[in-house]
Parts: sequence; C-alpha cells; structure tokens
Amino acid sequence: TCKLRVRAYTPHASDAVLAFPGEGEGEMEGDSKADTPDVPPSTDNTPQCLNKALEGLSSRWKNWWIRGILSLTMIIGFFLIIYLGPIMLILVVMGVQIKCFHEIITIGYRVYHSYDLPWFRTLSWYFLICVNYFFYGETVADYFGALVQREEPLQFLVRYHRFISFALYLAGFCMFVLSLVKKHYRLQFYMFAWTHVTLLIVVTQSHLVIQNLFEGMIWFIVPISIVICNDIMAYLFGFFFGRTPLIKLSPKKTWEGFIGGFFATVVFSFFFAYLLSQYQYFVCPVEYNSETNRFAVECEPSNLFMIQEYTLPAVVQNAKTVNLYPFQIHSIALSTFASLIGPFGGFFASGFKRAFKIKDFADTIPGHGGIMDRFDCQYLMATFVHVYITSFIRGPNPSKVLQQLLVLQPEQQLSIFNTLRNHLGEKGMLPPAVEEAQ
Amino acid sequence: SRTKSDSGVPEVPVSADDTPEVLNKALSGLSSRWKNWWVRGILTLAMISFFFIIIYLGPMVLMMIVLCVQIKCFHEIITIGYSVYHSYHLPWFRTLSWYFLLCVNYFFYGETVTDYFFTLVQREEPLRILSKYHRFISFALYLTGFCMFVLSLVKKHYRLQFYMFGWTHVTLLIVVTQSHLIIHNLFEGMIWFIVPISCVICNDIMAYMFGFFFGRTPLIKLSPKKTWEGFIGGFFATVVFGILLSYVMSGYRFFVCPVEFNNDSNSFTVDCEPSELFQLQDYGLPPVLKSITGWTTVKLYPFQIHSIALSAFASIMGPFGGFFASGFKRAFKIKDFANTIPGHGGIMDRFDCQYLMATFVNVYIASFIRGPNPSKVIQQLLALRLDQQLHIFNSLKAHLTEKGLLPALEEAA
Repeated sequence: TCKLRVRAYTPHASDAVLAFPGEGEGEMEGDSKADTPDVPPSTDNTPQCLNKALEGLSSRWKNWWIRGILSLTMIIGFFLIIYLGPIMLILVVMGVQIKCFHEIITIGYRVYHSYDLPWFRTLSWYFLICVNYFFYGETVADYFGALVQREEPLQFLVRYHRFISFALYLAGFCMFVLSLVKKHYRLQFYMFAWTHVTLLIVVTQSHLVIQNLFEGMIWFIVPISIVICNDIMAYLFGFFFGRTPLIKLSPKKTWEGFIGGFFATVVFSFFFAYLLSQYQYFVCPVEYNSETNRFAVECEPSNLFMIQEYTLPAVVQNAKTVNLYPFQIHSIALSTFASLIGPFGGFFASGFKRAFKIKDFADTIPGHGGIMDRFDCQYLMATFVHVYITSFIRGPNPSKVLQQLLVLQPEQQLSIFNTLRNHLGEKGMLPPAVEEAQ
Repeated sequence: SRTKSDSGVPEVPVSADDTPEVLNKALSGLSSRWKNWWVRGILTLAMISFFFIIIYLGPMVLMMIVLCVQIKCFHEIITIGYSVYHSYHLPWFRTLSWYFLLCVNYFFYGETVTDYFFTLVQREEPLRILSKYHRFISFALYLTGFCMFVLSLVKKHYRLQFYMFGWTHVTLLIVVTQSHLIIHNLFEGMIWFIVPISCVICNDIMAYMFGFFFGRTPLIKLSPKKTWEGFIGGFFATVVFGILLSYVMSGYRFFVCPVEFNNDSNSFTVDCEPSELFQLQDYGLPPVLKSITGWTTVKLYPFQIHSIALSAFASIMGPFGGFFASGFKRAFKIKDFANTIPGHGGIMDRFDCQYLMATFVNVYIASFIRGPNPSKVIQQLLALRLDQQLHIFNSLKAHLTEKGLLPALEEAA
C-alpha cells in the first residue's frame, strides 16, 4: 500500500528529515524507501523465434536456455569484433559506453520523476560529449602524433586542447546554473551529481579500456575473457556444489562458487594467455601508420611474449624447467584480481539495484538485463589492468617524450642532451667516435 | 503534487551566534544592521591581513594553509550531507569518507612530490619505491575503501549509503582536485596564486560596493541581492585592479620565480632569472589611446596582459561559482555552509568562487604559458628502453645541430 503522509515537523537540532517525493523517511519504519513507487515490471524482450522454440519447457528451464543461448551469442559476437580489428573494437567500446550512460541516467530520471525538468536531458548528453571530447582528444594527440602535425586545424585543436575542453565544460556548467528553477533546486542538484558520478565511472573507465587496447589487443581480450570466465565458472560451481552463502547482498552467491571460480579462472587464463601470446596480431601495440592511413599491428614482440625458461621451485621433485611466456605470470595476477576483487564490482551494482528497487539496469538483453548488468564487473578490471600496465609493464610513450622535448627551451634541451649523452655513454650505447668528441 | 518537491523539508536550526565577545561589546551601541556591517568589515580586514602574513611566510606555509582549507571545506560539505540525510547512525560512514579523503590526497600529493622533489626522492630508497609504484599503491588503497563500503552495506539503508558515497565522491572531485590545482599554480610562481585569489576577492568587494551605491536591476533570481550595476562595475574595477597589482608584483623575484626545492639546503627557494613574461616590454598604443594620453608606447609586463584575461574570467565566470553555491544552499535549505567565520559563514562560503578560478588558472598556464617540466621529461627519458633512448638522442642531436646549438658532429650510428 502506498502511504501518502502529511507530517508535522518539529525542528530538532539533530533530526533533519528528508522528505522528498517517494521518500517517506523515519527511524520508526525500518525501510527508508517505503513510499517509492515500484518500477513497472520489465517487458519481456525475448525474440519471438526463441519463444516458439522453447514453448514446451517449464518456466525455469526456459529461462536457463534463454540465458545460455544469449551468453553464447554474446561470446560469438565478441570473437567477431576481435576479428574485425582495432577500429571496430574502439567503436564498440564507445557504443557500450553510451548505452551504459543512457541506462544509468534513465534510472536516475525514473527515480526522481524528473522528466519535467527543463534542459536536463540536454545537459546530461552535453556533458557526456564534453568529457568524451576531452579524453578522445588526449588519445588522438598521443597516438596520431604524425597525422596531427600535418593538418593545420588539428594542430591548433591539439595545442589548446585542454583550454577548449575546459571552455566547453564551463559552458555546460553555466547553462546548468542558469537552468535552476525555483521549486526544483534539490532535484536538479541531485541529477547534476548523478550525471557527474556516472561520467566518472563509465566514461573514464571506458577510456582506460581503449588505452589498454592500444597497448596490445591481448591486454583487452584477456581481462575481459577472465571476467566472463569467472562469472560462468562461479555460477557453475555454485550450481553444482553451492552450499554456504557468501554475502547477504547477493544471496545466490556461495563460497563454493567463489573459490571454485577462482581456481578455474586462474587455470583458464594461464592457458588462454599461452594461446594468444603466439600471435603478433594480439601481442603488438596498435599503431597508426601515417602512410597507409590505417591501423597496423606488426612489430617485434617484446620480452613479455617470448618464451623463457623458468625453473620450478624445489617443491616439485624433479627440478625441471618449464618454457613459459612471462605474460602468463602476469595473467595469474590479472585472474586473481578478477576472481577476488571483481565480484565486489558486482556486489556494488547489486546493492545499487536494491537501493533503487530495480531488478535490472534495463531490458536490452533478454534473460540478462541491460548492458550495464553485463559490464559491472568489467569496469574495476579495466582500471586495474591500466594501473598494472603503467606500474609494471609499460614505460612512458617515446614519441610523447620526444614531443615534449622539442617544446622545451633550447638551453633546457641542451642540458637534457648532455645528461642523456653521459647516461648512454655509461651504458656503452654510443659508438666511440661520438664519445671521443665530447 | 510533483512541483512542491522541497515543501516537506524542515528548517535547519538557526545558526548560533559565533561573534567573539570583544567585538560584541565594542559594537553594543549600534543597531543590528550596522553591527552586522561592522562585523563583516572587520572580519574581511582580518582575513586580508592574514592572507598577507601567510604570503610573507613563504611557500611551505601556503601549502599547509591550502591543505587545511581543503580539509575544512570537505568537512563542512560532508557535515551538510549528514544532516540532510540524517545518516549519523550509518556504520563506518564517517570513517570511510575521511579514508577516501586521505586516499585521494595521498595520490595527488604523491604525484606532486614525485615531480618537484625528484632528486630527493631518488636518494631515499623507501621513497623511490613508493614513487615508482605510486599509482598502484594509491589504487590499492582506494580499492580497499571501495571493498569496505560494499561490505558495510546494511539492508535497510542501501539508498542512504549510496547517496553518501556519491556525495563524498562529488565533494572530493570538487574540493580536493581543485586544491591541488592551486598548489600547482603556486609552484609555477607565487604570483599565479596571489593574483587570481586577489582578483576574486576584489571582484567580490567591488561588486558589493557598486551594488550598494548604484544597484538597481537584479541580476539573477537565484541571488536577489546581486545587481547588473554591481556586476559591470565590479568587472571594470577588477580589471584595473588586476593590471595594477600585477605591475607591482612583477617586479619582485619572490613572487615571480617558480618555487624550487633546493637539495643542498633542503628548503624551498624562489630565486631565478625572471622569464620573459616578467620583463618590461614596449607596446605600441592603438591610435585611440594615443590621442587621449599623448603617449606612443607604453612599458608593460606581458604578464599584465595575461592578468586582464584572469580578471575578466574572475568577474564573469567566478560569480557563476557563487550562484552554484547559492543554489546549493537553497536546495538544501541552509543559510551558510557553517559558522566558522562570524558574519561570513563557513570557509566554503568564502571559497566558492575561488575553485572555478583555480581550475581556470591551471588550464590557462598549461595551455598558454608553461611548457613541459624539464625534470619530468628527464625522468621519463631515463625510464625508457635503451634503444628508444638512443633513437631520441639522435633525433634531439639532429634538432639541436639544426638550431646551431651544437657544433656539427659525426652522426651516431
């Protein structure tokens, strides 16, 4: 029953009560969200053909089959776009990002009944465009350096990129301030904050995904596959062996699923990394070839992707050596993270859905929910992989360093030149003729 | 009905009168309105004097003050969140908010320390490891906080907890990142810290004065006391003030030189050869001004031209930061952020316009003034692989030889 309450408030120093449409609050009722109207039940989005084929089965098995078929479809789709190459992947990442943003903003609208607010949809999408412009501009300047130097208008845009992005953002900020309407201040500030937090989560992390991609497709494929594998394995182990509940937030998760999923995922990633490390297509950084105006993935594989011998620890009886790719060791770290910390991303999303009383983020994928439902664990993983790469793998980007060098003052360049010459001379990298000339 | 979204919120209790006793006694004879005016005036003067004192005390003290202001602003905004959502009883939440503040500060200060104290960091072994894996350590610390948040979710309070999580993060985004931009500006040269803050303060005071004496047409419904006359008068007064202040400051090395850390004396120094921005140059006057003043050229510091841009931003955009804060206060039905400063409200009330300004100055410097930081470039160079270093070495040599800075040498293989 929906209770509409009119309350007489007695101001109390420590008792500022929030009363907001749909939020009857009080310490007496346990549930602070008693008056929130229920979100209308999701419409059934299953395609007709599937419905016909599965007519005969009971509802529980039907659901299982739909989820299974859609899982397979998504995995095949994943392989297809990998085959199609880096540009396609970037476009898909961008598409996913926009859809996730849309889903979360729509939830915000529904929760706050804010379809009547002036300008707000426009402003949210405008901020999305601004932040994307800022991030894509930084990426373009980094990776397409040569192309940018050729075209005059691009050069101008790159040089003053931060200023232009900031100006665009400020315009949005001012529009927000001017759009404040007397009776809706609180709603509007909530939506402003909602938009910004969503941008922080969704957009920044999708750009980290793209940065990982440029490092080498393997840094994109392996983490995503690991998270998917952990999802499936934890589900299967839980289904067959599950007994002890893991956390109150997600009653379906069990410790057996968690631990079984962890071991299965580490093993899976170990072999999967072995498989992928052999192909230049996956292993080489994505580079933009200025002459052919296309992306190229060709290079001399780095040390990470060349087989090396590792001696097994003395625990194993015969002190054998194994031939491994160093990348496989890294993949153990990645899969450990995906299995242990990744689920927290899932719990966060579950808590979010319970907080706002929604079953799924949206109805896009039959049997699974929205895009966000599939990607909630991926976001933490993408950030982790990016931090991992910058901390342990990749050094700075050489072309970017050169770029910065050429912008410095001549005296600074000269001093750096001398430092570098001494350093290289020490390392024996310079031919003697140059050293003598010092 | 949907339109009365704020009607049910009770009034926040009236702020306690925080005025010191001594002031109260001295002003006991005056009427309430004049008393308020005097209190505000005296406190304004006190704050400005305090500002001068800390400038005199040098960069180290300034950094400490910026850190304290940041912590106090964060505290004020979080306290408002608590009182709005009545979330005093939520488990862990105060701890988590302060923990996140510590994490983000650790991340930013770590990046700053690595940049500016590079040689010091390289000497000390534990510092070197901390700086090499800085991002990873910061991320791990943040993740711990994230996991603690998830584990602390309590069945009946999910929504409140998510609200407070969002509130904390937005506050961190606004308050902490921008205070670090202020510190970056400071390291560029104290003048980049002092002039923007002074322009905002001046605009505040001048707009108030012009509004007081000439104000007639209201500016925006959000702040009924602001007027167009105050806005425009404040704009012109601030631009003039900015030009004069930068003229005065550009003459002193203390303000103009980048703040550097001297490894031998282990202290901050501000000593350098002033850059071109701070050397007098001749500018030809446009014919309009020529006829008025009778001068053909005028000697200006290039920085004064930049100060026009800064004061224009302070006068035009700065008020939007103030309107945003006004809207925020009206949305949550509070009169002031806190009662810290008698007659003025909380620290946040004084600093609401400064934040947009700090970001603008930082973006301005990065876009138009400063090139990359040479010590950072060396750092990155030495982290590259040797073959990459060689490649850069050759490119650089070719470049310098072209410019005539190097005697022509045999090309390295």
